[in-house]
Amino acid sequence: MKVKMLSRNPDNYVRETKLDLQRVPRNYDPTLHPFEVPREYMRALNATKLERVFAKPFLASLDGHRDGVNCLAKHPKSLATVLSGACDGEVRIWNLTKRKCIRALQAHEGFVRGICTRFCGTSFFTVGDDKTVKQWKMDGPGFGEEEEPLHTILGKTVYTGIDHHWKEAVFATCGQQVDIWDEQRTNPICSMTWGFDSISSVKFNPIETFLLGSCASDRNIVLYDMRQATPLKKVILDMRTNTICWNPMEAFIFTAANEDYNLYTFDMRALDTPVMVHMDHVSAVLDVDYSPTGKEFVSASFDKSIRIFPVDKGRSREVYHTKRMQHVICVKWTSDSKYIMCGSDEMNIRLWKANASEKLGVLTSREKAAKDYNQKLKEKFQHHPHIKRIARHRHLPKSIYSQIQEQRIMREARRRKEVNRLKHSKPGSVPIVSEKKKHIVAVVK
Amino acid sequence: MRARGLPGVPKPTVGQLRGVCTWIVVGVGWMETAPKPGRDVPPKNVKFQSKKKKPRRYWEEETTPTAAAASPGPPGNKKRNRELRPQRSKKAYIPKKSRISKKPQLPKKPRERRNPEPERSLSGAQDPFPGPAPVPLELAQKFCRIDKSKKLPHSKSKTRSRLEVAEAEEEEISVKAARSELLLAEEPGFLEGEDGEDTAKIRQADIVEAVDIASAAKHFDLNLRQFGPYRLNYSRTGRHLAFGGRRGHVAALDWVTKKLMCEINVMEAVRDIRFLHSEALLAVAQNRWLHIYDNQGIELHCIRRCDRITRLEFLPFHFLLATASETGFLTYLDVSVGKIVAALNARAGRLDVMTQNPYNAVIHLGHSNGTVSLWSPAVKEPLAKILCHRGGVRAVAVDSTGTHMATSGLDHQLKIFDLRGTFQPLSARTLPQGAGHLAFSQRGLLAAGMSDVVNIWAGPGKASPPSLEQPYLTHRLSGHVHGLQFCPFEDVLGVGHSGGITSMLVPGAAEPNFDGLESNPYRSRKQRQEWEVKALLEKVPAELICLDPRALAEVDVISLEQEKKERIERLGYDPEAKAPFQPKPKQKGRSSTASLVKRKRKVMDEEHREKVRQSLEQQAQKQEKKAMPLGPRPSALDRFVR
Repeated sequence: MKVKMLSRNPDNYVRETKLDLQRVPRNYDPTLHPFEVPREYMRALNATKLERVFAKPFLASLDGHRDGVNCLAKHPKSLATVLSGACDGEVRIWNLTKRKCIRALQAHEGFVRGICTRFCGTSFFTVGDDKTVKQWKMDGPGFGEEEEPLHTILGKTVYTGIDHHWKEAVFATCGQQVDIWDEQRTNPICSMTWGFDSISSVKFNPIETFLLGSCASDRNIVLYDMRQATPLKKVILDMRTNTICWNPMEAFIFTAANEDYNLYTFDMRALDTPVMVHMDHVSAVLDVDYSPTGKEFVSASFDKSIRIFPVDKGRSREVYHTKRMQHVICVKWTSDSKYIMCGSDEMNIRLWKANASEKLGVLTSREKAAKDYNQKLKEKFQHHPHIKRIARHRHLPKSIYSQIQEQRIMREARRRKEVNRLKHSKPGSVPIVSEKKKHIVAVVK
Repeated sequence: MRARGLPGVPKPTVGQLRGVCTWIVVGVGWMETAPKPGRDVPPKNVKFQSKKKKPRRYWEEETTPTAAAASPGPPGNKKRNRELRPQRSKKAYIPKKSRISKKPQLPKKPRERRNPEPERSLSGAQDPFPGPAPVPLELAQKFCRIDKSKKLPHSKSKTRSRLEVAEAEEEEISVKAARSELLLAEEPGFLEGEDGEDTAKIRQADIVEAVDIASAAKHFDLNLRQFGPYRLNYSRTGRHLAFGGRRGHVAALDWVTKKLMCEINVMEAVRDIRFLHSEALLAVAQNRWLHIYDNQGIELHCIRRCDRITRLEFLPFHFLLATASETGFLTYLDVSVGKIVAALNARAGRLDVMTQNPYNAVIHLGHSNGTVSLWSPAVKEPLAKILCHRGGVRAVAVDSTGTHMATSGLDHQLKIFDLRGTFQPLSARTLPQGAGHLAFSQRGLLAAGMSDVVNIWAGPGKASPPSLEQPYLTHRLSGHVHGLQFCPFEDVLGVGHSGGITSMLVPGAAEPNFDGLESNPYRSRKQRQEWEVKALLEKVPAELICLDPRALAEVDVISLEQEKKERIERLGYDPEAKAPFQPKPKQKGRSSTASLVKRKRKVMDEEHREKVRQSLEQQAQKQEKKAMPLGPRPSALDRFVR
C-alpha cells in the first residue's frame, strides 16, 4: 500500500512574526474562482459607482480680471504658466501651482482679441481692437523699467486672431485677410484672402507646420499653405464656424466649433464629409482645444458649459458646469493633458481636471494597480445597460436640460417629416442624406 | 427539459458591437492557432534561413556566413520546444485581410522576443533552452476562457480586429496563468494498492498507521450516542466543523486544533445545520423555525418566515440561504440584509432532498416522483426538470465543476448525469441498499452513505466522472449515516451518523493548493474581516443566478436584433445596408456606358450566383436530414427512456 495524505506545514502558510506580511498563496485554477463573470460585473458596477462618487472635477478659480476673459494661451515650456487676455485690454500671466496672478499688463485699448506665445517661451504676441499687434517679453520689466512691448505693429484694420508658427519666427494674424508676418518686419510677408469677410481665427498646423486653417464669418473654413501665395481649399458649412483646432497627433485632422451647436472633425484631404459630427451642446460652440494625446478635445460653449469629446465619438463623455460660470469664451487643455482651463464672461478662469474622478498626487503602487484593474473592468462591462446608465448620468443645470429636451423634440419632428416624405414619394426620388453630409454646403478648391 | 430565459438578467444590448468589445471573447481562426508542425513549422525555418543568408555584393570582402553554422543545439529538441509552445503560432495574428493587419497589434512583442537564434552570452556559452519556458497545451487550455468552437461573427473589420486583439490577449493570459502553475506548493494525496491489491480493502486503521502524525490526527470519532443522528457542515475554508444532532445537540469546533467554539442544546429537533459565509455565523433548521447562532452559541435571529425547514444550503457568493421546507416551499433568504428574496412553491410535496450546484448556484431539488428540478430565485418555475429514477429521489450531489450530478433513488440506483446541456445519464449502478446520502469532493471523488457503510468512488481525473465499477474506499460506521461532507482543502470526509461524528481519511480527495484571497484555512482575524468586506462588496445579486454563469459576458443577440429592427423602422431606411454596386469611372476612353453596364452586370451576376449556391447548399442539407435512417417506429414512451 502506498499512501500520501495532504499534509500542510502551517509554517509555510502563516507569517513568522507580526512584523512580516501575511502570506497569501495564490492558485489561479478557474474552479477555485467560481462566478468569475458575475463577480467581475459587480466589481465593475462598484467601480463605476465610485467613479461617480469621486467625480469632483473643479479645482480652482483664478480671479483678477476686471472684464470677461477673451483668450487664453499656454506657455510652451512651463506647465504652470498661463496667459489670458480680457475684454478690457488687460493681459494677465498666472501661476497655476500658486493659483495666483504673477503679472498684469494693460496691452491694448478695447478687447484683447488674440494671444499666442512664441515656441521658445521667451515672448508672446497679442492683438487687440486698437489695430495693433504687440510682442511682449515673458519676463516682467526690471526694477525701474516701464512695461513696454518689444515691438508694436500698427495695422490698417482690426485683427481678430493670432497664431505663431510652431518652429520658425513667423506668425499669422487674421482680420479682413490672413496675414503672415516675419517677426523682424513690420509688413506682412504675404496676405491671403478668399472672399470679403472677416476671419475670426487662424491656426497653424502643429505637425505640417506650413499649413494653416482659418474660419470666416461667411460660413467657410479655408486652408492655406504658407509656401503658396493662394489658399488651398475651403469648405462651406451651414453656419458660421467660430474657431478650429488641429489635432496635435494626426496631421490631417482638425475640429471646427460651429454656431449650429455642433463640432465637426474634418480630414483635410476629404472635406466633403466630416469624419465625425459631435453633438451635445445646446448653444453655439465658441472654442475648442485638443488634448496633447490627440484622442480627445474640449469645447466651450455659449450654453455656459464645457464638454469633453472623444475624437471618434459623436457624443461627449463629460460636461462641466458650475452655477457661477457664464458663457465660456475660451478653453485650453494643458500640455500635461491632465487639466483643462476655461475663461468665461464673468471674469474668471477656471481650472478643471480632465478626468473628473482622478486622484491627484502621487499614487502608491497598490493604488495604481487597483486603479488600472478597475479601469479595465469598467471598460469590459461598459455596454451593460445598468453600468452604462450610471456611467453616463450627469447632472445638468435646468436651462441646459430643458433645452436638450426641446431640441430633441425638434429633431424628432424633423426626422418624422423626412421619413414621411420618404415613404410617400417615388422610391429613389428623395435622397437620403446622412447627418454628416447634411451640414456641408460645398467644397471649393 | 429546456432551460428558460432569465428575464431579470441585464445584458449588453444595442448596437454596441461597434464599441470596444473586450467582453465578447469569441474564438475564431482558433483552429489555425493550434500548432501544426506539418504545415506551420517548416516554412518558418525556411524563412529564418533566408533571413540569415545576406546577399553579398561584389565589392564586399568574402566572409564565411558563420552565423548560420553557429546556430546550435540539437535541432530536434528545438523543434519540439516550438511545437510545445502552443498559441504563439505566427498565423494567429496575421489576419487574411491586409487592412486588418494595419492595426497596432499587441502580439507583436512576443513575436519579436522569440528570437530564432539563441543569444550568446559574453562568455560565449549559449542558453540551451532559449525563450520562455514551454507550456503544455492542455494546461493552458484549463485557463482559457474563450470558446473555441464558436466562430467570430461576420462583423466590421474594426470590430473584428479588436476582437482578434482581445483574443490574443486572452490567450497570452491563459499561457501566463498556466506558467504560474509551477509555483504551486502542494501535491495532491493518493492511495495505491500494491500490485492487484484492492484499495477498498484498506481499512482506516491501516491508513492512519501509514501516514504522518499530523494527518493521522485528522481521523477521529466523536461518540455521541445520546443525541442521535447528526448532520454536519464544514465551513468554506475547511477549518471549522459544525454538527447538530436530531435531539437538539448543536456544536461548532475548530476541528484541526479540536478547539470547541460552542456547544448548546436547542431543546428542539435539529433538521439541518449550515455555516453562513464565515465560521462566525451558523444557521440551524430546527423543528419549527430557522435560527441563526453566532460562534458563541448565542441566538441572533429566529426567522419565523422560514418554518419547518428540512434542508439548508448556503450560496456563498450570493449570500443566500436556500431553505427547503416540509410545506414544499423553496425559500431564499438574503443573509446580508435579512430579506427573503424569493419563496418558490415547488408543487411537489415535502422537500427533503436538496443540493446546490457550486458552479452556477442553481439549487437541485429531488422529488418523490423521481425527478430532480433545478431552481433559480429569479424564475418562478424550475429551470429544468430531469427524470432520474423510477421511484423517489433519495439524494443528489453536484461536483465542484458543475458538470456531473450524482443521484440515488428508491430504485436502489446510483446514476451520474451530465449537466452540460443534455442532462443525460453517463453511468448508472445498482447498489444493494441504495445510497441515502451523496457527496462530491473537490477533486471529483463521490462518497455515498448506505445505511452504516460509506463507499467512495474515484475517477481517473479531476474533470472526469467517478467510475462506479470499483469503490476506492469503504468504511463501516457504528451507526446509520445521516450526513456526509468532504472537508474542503483537506483529505477528510466527515460523516454524521447515529453514533456521532466520524472524520475519515480519504487520500486525494481535496484540492491541495488553496487560493489565499478566496478561502484561506490559515487566515487571521484581520484577513477574515477584510475578506468579508470584499465579499460583501461583490455580492452577486440573486437575479443573476442562471444555468450558465458566463451568460452575462455574452452578447444579447436577440435584443440587439430587435433594436436594429426598431432603428430601421424609425429612420425609414437601413443605415447599415450595403449600397448597390456603382462602378467607378475608369481612365479616359475606357468608361463607355456599355462597359459600365457590363461591369455592373458582372457584379450583380456574381452576387446572384452566390445566393443560388447558398440556397442549393441549404436544400442539400435539408434533404440529408430527411434521409437520415429512422430507427424502429418511435413510441410515445421513448421520452422516458434513459
